[in-house]
Amino acid sequence: MTKKISPPLSDEILSELKIGDKVLISGKIYTARDAAHKRFVEAINKGEKLPVDLRGQVIYYVGPTPAKPGYVIGSAGPTTSIRMDSYMEPLLKIGLKGTIGKGYRSWSVVELLKKYKAVYFIATGGVGALLSKKIKSAKVVAYEDLGPEAVMELQVEDFPVIVANDIYGGDIFEEGVKKYREITLPFKIERISEV
Amino acid sequence: MKIVRVEDVEEAIRRLSMNVNYFINEDLKEYYKNALSREVSDSGKEVLNQIIENVELAAREQLPICQDTGVSIVYVEIGQDVKIEGGSLYDAINRGVSRGYKEGYLRKSVVRDPLFNRVNTGDNTPAMIHVELVPGDVFRITFMAKGTGAENMSRLAMLTPAAGVKGVKEFVLKTVVEAGPNPCPPIVVGVGIGGTFDTVGWLAKKALMRKMGSRHPDPNYAKLELELLEEINKLGVGPQGLGGRVTALDVRIETAPCHIGALPLAVNLDCHAHRVGRWEL
Repeated sequence: MTKKISPPLSDEILSELKIGDKVLISGKIYTARDAAHKRFVEAINKGEKLPVDLRGQVIYYVGPTPAKPGYVIGSAGPTTSIRMDSYMEPLLKIGLKGTIGKGYRSWSVVELLKKYKAVYFIATGGVGALLSKKIKSAKVVAYEDLGPEAVMELQVEDFPVIVANDIYGGDIFEEGVKKYREITLPFKIERISEV
Repeated sequence: MKIVRVEDVEEAIRRLSMNVNYFINEDLKEYYKNALSREVSDSGKEVLNQIIENVELAAREQLPICQDTGVSIVYVEIGQDVKIEGGSLYDAINRGVSRGYKEGYLRKSVVRDPLFNRVNTGDNTPAMIHVELVPGDVFRITFMAKGTGAENMSRLAMLTPAAGVKGVKEFVLKTVVEAGPNPCPPIVVGVGIGGTFDTVGWLAKKALMRKMGSRHPDPNYAKLELELLEEINKLGVGPQGLGGRVTALDVRIETAPCHIGALPLAVNLDCHAHRVGRWEL
């Protein structure tokens, strides 16, 4: 069953999202990746107000290609989420409730998501042309000087994601891979962590 | 003596920058279709269908296949009998990249300095340029748009000779399984074995830049390529790491002689949006 949601994400919506759920997101989401996260957290540490109100909101980890004439945005698929892991706690503290990216989170972030009741969604990586069709408008709202890393406000319609980590501590990658492993490995598999 | 004009190189690089990002190679498309026929997991099949749909859409509308249009890797093989005229070859390559990435609406993903001054250069330059002198009068360019999701999951190890084939296999499998979903599987795996610390990484990249399905000329390594592919596909990682049978599309190895006490090993991963183009004069 596919669930349809729109930010801001209430506790009630979040409680119903479980790992493996297919979700279509419509409405407003924000983009941010490495450089914007660094600025967000620097601002929080200095006690400054962020350029966008992230309470209840969803951040999409993406740096799109420039829009061709007649297009609202260029290709816009997810980037690897783990690079944002070290910035997560301050953002969760101020009320961020969802992130969209690709790849796994470090175990410490899986714990943080449970602690602060937030969800991590994945979108398919490497299909940026396809995903761009779900984005109906895009405007830069902060840090324009960062170019492809500027913060944008996107209006999306039925943007397809899967719940990878829920508020209950579940992790989709652990579950999925075990089922299909057909080889015994002579070493322990360690998930990389952010520095 | 063959003469190569740098203006022609610039134009070739400009076109390659755009073309590799819009059009996936036909042979790679066959690998996607083959992967779809072998995949058993529902999520895996869904991802593979999205990948196929995406490359068709990208080609139709000339949109980048992936928003990470990569750092530009340019491998130039220059015959000893070739003369380059019209100015600096390196500058011409960078002008080609700059124009291609601007005119082609590609993302500019290079910062000037890695640590203290991470400011975007604004035109995706400089390219990572590797020049090799070869016999004859060939002038061959291999261009790769290399995304960083897979690059960041690549690993290098200075093994000891005692590690042998077993040690090499273990390190490759560990690299792939621990990378999990991050490098956008199904991936292409480039393995460098031998040389020294500095050269082994380049060997792995060169392996990635070879044609899909091309085997190492030494039958021992050709066999190792296929064994690694089979074992990687038993890891269970699957498309996008959600579980499945297709984790890698191909494994290619490049080798070099090395020190009596060394066994350098590098594993360079590339995503399913494996973007490589060629130009030859």
